[in-house]
Amino acid sequence: MNASSPLQVAPAAGTTEGYNFGYLDEQTKRMIRRALLKAVAIPGYQVPFGSREMPLPYGWGTGGIQVTASVIGPADVLKVIDQGADDTTNAVSIRKFFNRVAGVRTTEKTSAATIIQTRHRVPETPLAENQILVYQVPIPEPLRWLEAREAETRRMHALAEYGAMRVNLYEEVARYGRIAKGYDYPVEVNGRYIMSPSPIPKFDNPKLDNNPALQLFGAGRERRIYAIPPYTKVKSLDFEDYPFTVERWAQACALCGATDSFLDEVIVDDQGARVFVCSDTDYCEDRRKQGFRGAAPDALAATASGAS
Amino acid sequence: MTEPLLRVENLAKRFGATLACADVSFVLRPGEVLGIVGESGAGKTTLLRCLAGQLRPTAGRVLYRTRHEGEVDVYAIAEPARRLLLRTDWGIVHQNPRDGLRLEVSAGGNVGERLMAVGARHYGKIRNEVSDWLTRVELDPARIDQYPETFSGGMQQRVQIARNLVTKPRLLFLDEPTGGLDVSVQATLLDLLRSLVGSLGIAAVLVTHDLGVVRLLAHRLVVMKDGRIVEHGLTDQVLDDPQHPYTQLLVSSILPV
Ligand SMILES: [Zn+2]
Repeated sequence: MNASSPLQVAPAAGTTEGYNFGYLDEQTKRMIRRALLKAVAIPGYQVPFGSREMPLPYGWGTGGIQVTASVIGPADVLKVIDQGADDTTNAVSIRKFFNRVAGVRTTEKTSAATIIQTRHRVPETPLAENQILVYQVPIPEPLRWLEAREAETRRMHALAEYGAMRVNLYEEVARYGRIAKGYDYPVEVNGRYIMSPSPIPKFDNPKLDNNPALQLFGAGRERRIYAIPPYTKVKSLDFEDYPFTVERWAQACALCGATDSFLDEVIVDDQGARVFVCSDTDYCEDRRKQGFRGAAPDALAATASGAS
Repeated sequence: MTEPLLRVENLAKRFGATLACADVSFVLRPGEVLGIVGESGAGKTTLLRCLAGQLRPTAGRVLYRTRHEGEVDVYAIAEPARRLLLRTDWGIVHQNPRDGLRLEVSAGGNVGERLMAVGARHYGKIRNEVSDWLTRVELDPARIDQYPETFSGGMQQRVQIARNLVTKPRLLFLDEPTGGLDVSVQATLLDLLRSLVGSLGIAAVLVTHDLGVVRLLAHRLVVMKDGRIVEHGLTDQVLDDPQHPYTQLLVSSILPV
């Protein structure tokens, strides 16, 4: 990842002068909101939209940023996570961006946020009805691996021709004895559309199901928006005799002792010693504040930035 | 007499100023195999694509008797219904297995796809049914996880046949199914096709330039020249006593078996 922030093209910090609220002009926001409304009306369906150039490279989540920019208001509180952490360059940059162009408050606390923009994770703390989760999506099309032609994948979705999607899972069981896919694990939304949940670990898939929050997905380069409305049925694809399962770890988080969170393996010293810690830094801190302790609560004290 | 499974009425297909086929009419009854013969360029493959729901004719109708909803006009029904027919009630065996198989998917995945497309969700049962079909097309079920590229041309055709028959279709379209294969491989594949089509009672439309193939597989024969049917009858009658000069020419040009 680049060391220098791409946001340096923006004017002096602490001002929104020269920008419309949320950076995008009102006409663009209306266009994106129309796409979002359609996406909410047809859960899991990919709606094309006129993706705009943003002052960030595509890999930085311009799709998610445009969605956030279109739904954010002055009273919102924004949280941005990348790999579960609030303090990566990407997350910090996006937070700063919205602080600058919308003047909104930002937070690292899941429970305090009204909008959470994310890449790679769904927060461990359960979401609520007043929250919106915005995913940055690199590849929105779950059928792309088998069909390169966009017109054909759209037809396959339209006609719910998903046999080939199942072939992918069949091949995994035939080859590995189980469905090995760990990330971007395909789901069926509301009993109809098959959807790519973005590169979250399959550990997070169950959180998509029947979630009280509104979940919005933005793919900037591919110009697609899709959504899971609150309390929508989301099912991970599987076989009756090879049911969907999530990752489990033999140990608890070294810092907070959690046994119910997604763990990252982190190298803690020059000798290559490793510990497992919560990938969701806010969740981990919150637990420690509540007094929970793991086997090595100071394991990361020596490292500069915690989980990578 | 049983009701026709497929009825073709005055079908024509035009590409710009070029007429690929015209005035094609015939009926196909359940379990019957119809051969369409003619030299290359006679409009056979275009006709087959029109019959198989893949190429909309310029004129005429293709009527198919469905299991539950009676006779439907293949090009008047909605696209979802047409595509559903294609992957359940019909099958297509292409001359080149590459056109009919997914090369990046194992033999088992290729054969199992249609089962999964129509709702099979139990891996073990899918696997068993696929193994059973590999056996029925005389392939070693131990090769279920191997990729099509590791099979010979004749074996790839067997995988393609199994991939189509696994949903027990009622109608099969065969486009030069043994073209490009060695003569000895052709013979065993034709025997297999004949016994499968016969034992399962599947109707088939077979397009070929090879009169030896139709002699073995087809009950009735349609001879095409310049996109039009010039002769039509029982296979043995047409081949043994051809009436049209073009058919006589075709018959005389094959070597005696
Ligand atoms: Zn923790």
